[in-house]
Amino acid sequence: MSSSTHASHEAHKDYEGSKLGMWLFLFTEILLFGGLFLLYSAYRAKYPFDFHNGGQHLNTFIGVLNTVILLTSSLTVAIAISAIQKGNRRLTLLCLSATIVFGLLFLVDKYIEWSAEIGHGIYPNGPELLKLPDGEKIFYGLYYCMTGLHGLHVIAGIIVLSIMLAFVRSGKITSTDFNKLENAGLYWHLVDVIWIFLLPLLYLSA
Amino acid sequence: MERAEQHGHIVSYLTFVKVWLVLLFLTAMLVVAGTIFHPTLSVPALLTLTPLKAGLVFYYFMHLKYEKPFLKAAVFVALALLTVFIALIFLDISYR
Repeated sequence: MSSSTHASHEAHKDYEGSKLGMWLFLFTEILLFGGLFLLYSAYRAKYPFDFHNGGQHLNTFIGVLNTVILLTSSLTVAIAISAIQKGNRRLTLLCLSATIVFGLLFLVDKYIEWSAEIGHGIYPNGPELLKLPDGEKIFYGLYYCMTGLHGLHVIAGIIVLSIMLAFVRSGKITSTDFNKLENAGLYWHLVDVIWIFLLPLLYLSA
Repeated sequence: MERAEQHGHIVSYLTFVKVWLVLLFLTAMLVVAGTIFHPTLSVPALLTLTPLKAGLVFYYFMHLKYEKPFLKAAVFVALALLTVFIALIFLDISYR
């Protein structure tokens, strides 16, 4: 804000519109995953026993652990936003860093889980998967699609939050201009909400 | 010189921690319901506790509680639309 033209630009920031735009984007994400949930429900109604058996082979412990990790990461990003509003930059940076670490931990768990299943020959066109009944093949297909797409969202969230961390450091996000961080937080919470639904669908319904 | 400053409701850290504890408690209940209970009990438990958890995240963590009615209405319409889709699909598959 060195020149007056720059300052008048700043005056035209529309925080309400920006937040509404972020929510509209989140609606498209809800409908994207909603479509996959519908596909899951329809096939579960067709193959109830196969889906039951498929779910029993998944690692419930890792599923629950990842839920706890994501819920906690949602807490830290929510606190980061309150902290920046209060002007506490140090706490904001600390909480954002913690959120990123939790996101990475989630991916490490996912890697361990997927490696174990792939090691057992359970992957698209894998030798063990082909021996399973049709319903279980569909279950694992949906499992890889849904957790894979969700995993991509976690990676995107980590990248976005890392950029926000840099913005807080460089002073682009402040106690009077924190809209970018709010929108990034909304995205991260939605990734958490999607996992909240994936846990009972895939891991607990056996 | 006019500067656009952003203000908003500041949610206390304690509120967030309380919501987080409730979410962890509900997750524990879900795991118990999903792994120990008979399906006749566990399915209704999963179907009620899961949207409740999502609702808490939307309402508190995503600040929906403190937003203007317009944004609340927009979120409601989007979720209602998805619910209608789900209902229609189930009407279809259950009468095949």
